Amino acid sequence: MTDFACHLRAGRLVASRCVACGHLAYPPRADCPACLSEDFTYHEISGRGTVHTYTRIDAAPAGFETLSPYVIGVVDLAETGRLLAWFGPSIPESEIAVGMPVQVVPRLFEEIEEIRVYYSLERPEAPGAGAV
Amino acid sequence: MARVGVVGIGHGVFGRRSDASVQELAFEAFRLALADAALEPAAIEATVIAAVPEYHKQRSIAGVVQEYLNLNPKPAWLTEVACASGSAAIRTAWMAIASGLHEVVAVIGCQKMTELDTPEILALMGRVGDVQWESTFGTTFPGYYALFARRHMHEFGTTAEQLALVAVKNHHYGALNEKALFRKEITLEKALASDPVASPMRVYDCCANADGAACLVFAAERRARAISRHPVWLDGVGCATASMSVLRRPDLTGLPSAVEASRQAHAMAGSTPRQVKVAEVHDCFTIAEIMAYEDLGFCAKGEGGAFIADRQAYIGGATPVNVDGGLKAKGHPIGATGVSMACEIVNQLRGEGSKRQVPDADLGLTHNVGGIGQYCFVNVYRRD
Ligand SMILES: [Zn+2]
Repeated sequence: MTDFACHLRAGRLVASRCVACGHLAYPPRADCPACLSEDFTYHEISGRGTVHTYTRIDAAPAGFETLSPYVIGVVDLAETGRLLAWFGPSIPESEIAVGMPVQVVPRLFEEIEEIRVYYSLERPEAPGAGAV
Repeated sequence: MARVGVVGIGHGVFGRRSDASVQELAFEAFRLALADAALEPAAIEATVIAAVPEYHKQRSIAGVVQEYLNLNPKPAWLTEVACASGSAAIRTAWMAIASGLHEVVAVIGCQKMTELDTPEILALMGRVGDVQWESTFGTTFPGYYALFARRHMHEFGTTAEQLALVAVKNHHYGALNEKALFRKEITLEKALASDPVASPMRVYDCCANADGAACLVFAAERRARAISRHPVWLDGVGCATASMSVLRRPDLTGLPSAVEASRQAHAMAGSTPRQVKVAEVHDCFTIAEIMAYEDLGFCAKGEGGAFIADRQAYIGGATPVNVDGGLKAKGHPIGATGVSMACEIVNQLRGEGSKRQVPDADLGLTHNVGGIGQYCFVNVYRRD
């Protein structure tokens, strides 16, 4: 999935599309669950979506103690699939609601011990939100 | 196929058991189960051990337990599917007996949650999610159930008070269970005032880690009738899975694995959800119990909150649930939990539940979830 990370660093959010049958998947995957083909390409998606559910984590796991509390949301993406991410600075916690429209914005990519994928959930009209 | 019955149950004390090693905890439950069945150890043909290995310093725990039970060279093996490991062991024992391979099989669930230090445990718990697409954002076990809770509230109007009422009920019954970790009642106000963990869930919405063990002795019908005056029959076994990732679950207001496992178990037992007189469900978090009411057909979808608010899960209600205190008050030594649930159902079906006995309990059900529903086992037990 290194290519995925490169796309993200360049500001593009991509799903995987099966060359054989067209199956679109997010999170992207190298093998098609529909036709079992291993032939796939990346397909840029808009990053538009709506909040399916969310929670504020107060009791953080190891490695995240200094970040807590933080709010994570599950987003139904406009094209296909879902992702999970932090809410970014353009959406205060008091305004977060199930069903609200959001824009997924690539924020940061770090290659530490494994590929770390980061994006944040922003207001659709927020600065930078159209960059995807 | 041979009908499979329970002829002995043994339940150790759940809690912070710094007094005992994991094999000593297993022995405590095993000794009680053999005494209950009035069997000699030599009668045990095979042992199925349930534990989640990463919590123990000892590798390959089935071997060390089998040795400590003095059952060498009889066969023994381990089952592991996270918090549902105990029910996987029960299913394995059922298969071993129904196939005719063995006639008398001991199932032992055992777990020391406190063998590792806190940073090690936190690191383990932090990897509960999909490590590529979810854990990088700091997801937690309660955090996942909180995602279910928030969506359940959104779709059905379930409230934080209704969640907390599950904890109030389970502490009420835990206070009557001498094997439980927490043996005191709590008030709704206390639950709602406890510290936030992952909104909308608070400390009292979460079960507690505990050390402990439980044991069941299963036997083929002919042997079971010879051994026991009151065998309890495992007549329906159901098991299903769901995606590891919440991102691939179409519905985040229930567990599809539980719905399917329940369907299978009732189809095999020839029973219906309405016939269940007493149930043990996996209440690792209060929302999990509310979803279980719905997934198991004790109430309609979306009415789980009203089910607890109307006291339908209390003794005297439509389906008494977790009258031993549940994971919430009894404690959750993950490998032992499924076996512990079955012990309580057998106890109830024998009519030996003392102060927490459900009247006329002749059909009972266990619902044991691994992870956030990646695995689910539902079993139906019946007395003659
Ligand atoms: Zn395909």
